[in-house]
Amino acid sequence: MDYFAQQLINGLVLGSIYGLIAIGYTMVYGIVGMINFAHGDVFMIGGFIALISFLVLVSVGLTAVPVILLIVLLVSMAITALYGWTIERIAYRPLRHSFRLAPMLSAIGMSFVLTNFSQVSQGARVKPVPPIVTGGYTLHEGESGFVVQLSNIQIVVVITTIVLLGLFTWLVSRTRLGRDMRACEQDQTMAALLGVDVDRTISMTFVIGAALAAVAGMMYLLYYGLVDFFMGFVAGIKAFTAAVLGGIGSLPGAMLGGLAIGLIETFWSAYFSVEYKDVAAFSILIVVLIFMPTGLLGRPEVEKV
Amino acid sequence: MSSAPILALENLTMRFGGIVAVNALSFSAQRKQITALIGPNGAGKTTVFNCITGFYKPTSGVIRLTHDDGTQYEMQKLKDFNISKQAKVARTFQNIRLFPGMTALENLMVAQHNALMRASGLTLLGLLGVPSWRTAEQSAIDNAVFWLKRVGLLDRADDAAGNLAYGDQRRLEIARAMCTGPALLCLDEPAAGLNARESAALSELLLSIRSDHGTSILLIEHDMSVVMEISDRIVVMDYGVKIAEGTPRDIRDDPKVIAAYLGTDEEEAAAVLEAEA
Repeated sequence: MDYFAQQLINGLVLGSIYGLIAIGYTMVYGIVGMINFAHGDVFMIGGFIALISFLVLVSVGLTAVPVILLIVLLVSMAITALYGWTIERIAYRPLRHSFRLAPMLSAIGMSFVLTNFSQVSQGARVKPVPPIVTGGYTLHEGESGFVVQLSNIQIVVVITTIVLLGLFTWLVSRTRLGRDMRACEQDQTMAALLGVDVDRTISMTFVIGAALAAVAGMMYLLYYGLVDFFMGFVAGIKAFTAAVLGGIGSLPGAMLGGLAIGLIETFWSAYFSVEYKDVAAFSILIVVLIFMPTGLLGRPEVEKV
Repeated sequence: MSSAPILALENLTMRFGGIVAVNALSFSAQRKQITALIGPNGAGKTTVFNCITGFYKPTSGVIRLTHDDGTQYEMQKLKDFNISKQAKVARTFQNIRLFPGMTALENLMVAQHNALMRASGLTLLGLLGVPSWRTAEQSAIDNAVFWLKRVGLLDRADDAAGNLAYGDQRRLEIARAMCTGPALLCLDEPAAGLNARESAALSELLLSIRSDHGTSILLIEHDMSVVMEISDRIVVMDYGVKIAEGTPRDIRDDPKVIAAYLGTDEEEAAAVLEAEA
């Protein structure tokens, strides 16, 4: 039971990170109908920027951990958002009215560009950081000596995710930008005719998606204590799976899918074998898609005439 | 107030490959009047609308819009969202194009994007909850509520637009177009699929939009009872050219128009008219 509780905590934390990335996939799919394959690499970029700004802050002699975390969070969100905006501007917008596969191929190319750019500029080795957020609580100590722990960093990850999700849900459901985004998602032509600048709204979608990915990147850095230039690939594929599992285009679905993938992976590693955790996650994806082709929370696609 | 017509088409031609859908069409829509564009199926009416609202780039010709203050816009040169933002032209389509997943109120709020965009200072002030933004948001809601009341849908404000009845969706589209604060409202077959009672309500709504809000209307319609009742002027098209223009009374008795609708030649139609008289 203790073991189960511990794995539940670990799974939820991992799932939060996947969920934050998955939202970027699902938002972009909802509004422009393409899979942004470079999104995983945007997450990786976010991790690197968090690492660099952390090192800069420490080298100028800042030591207060909450202040460092806040500055690193804001800086990495801002710069990664700029990456997201630029990627959309140079790789996707010129191909917006091209054939359907063109932006997808462009996205795969962009993914290579970002991966190799990081490899060349930051080096191919894994970059470790010393633990920044340390300590934690012991929730329960079993008779066999097994200890259920909730570390501070896990609390930080989960609380940041919840706060951001709340903010983000408010943004989409209550603000002008959110209404414009939903309008563009349903009928871009009509939205433009009502005066909505569709290009700008799409840019904002990429900016928000990238900012959330940056948060995920920073959380990954804090949680695992390392980043490398290739980490965007696997995390991106997992988050994409999460978005599809939850029902692509659905925002709560992306978060739910992220949590599901995180939990499946963690429990599989804990009770069966670590080597097969990816196989388990993707197998469950296949099973779900066979029985629920639109994912857990997806709406059935209505063919437009 | 400018004396120029609100919309003037000069030698508008639209060619699709070898087909000439609109051929050197010239007509104008007067300020604060209802102008109807009629003609048999395939006459090129919707093509004209698509040129006005920027969906097609005309092969040649000029579409000139003049605001009350005399500012002129050449519609064929405007980028899509500027049709609403700068030229203040709103349109509806033959088929319903509401945002089905958003509520009726939200549909009307999206249409007030531009007013809110200015007030929100490119989103930033809005996110910070600056008071001027709150006032703007409130007045946008008030405006939306006004139009919901006007089309009798206030009690459905929070229902998804896609769940409304067909006639309600039609009226909501007009309300949404009016929420953009248009100088010219282009309606493509607003009465299609409406029953007699709903058509009468529509006529009343359009007349009130013209007289109470001073919005000029350009309308494509097949329902002649609506066209004859509310139009100040009628332009008749057939095979991409204008075949007649005038008041409803002129058009009703024009043998060319009757011939075009019946598919007969002019003399036969004239003979029918004489026999009736």
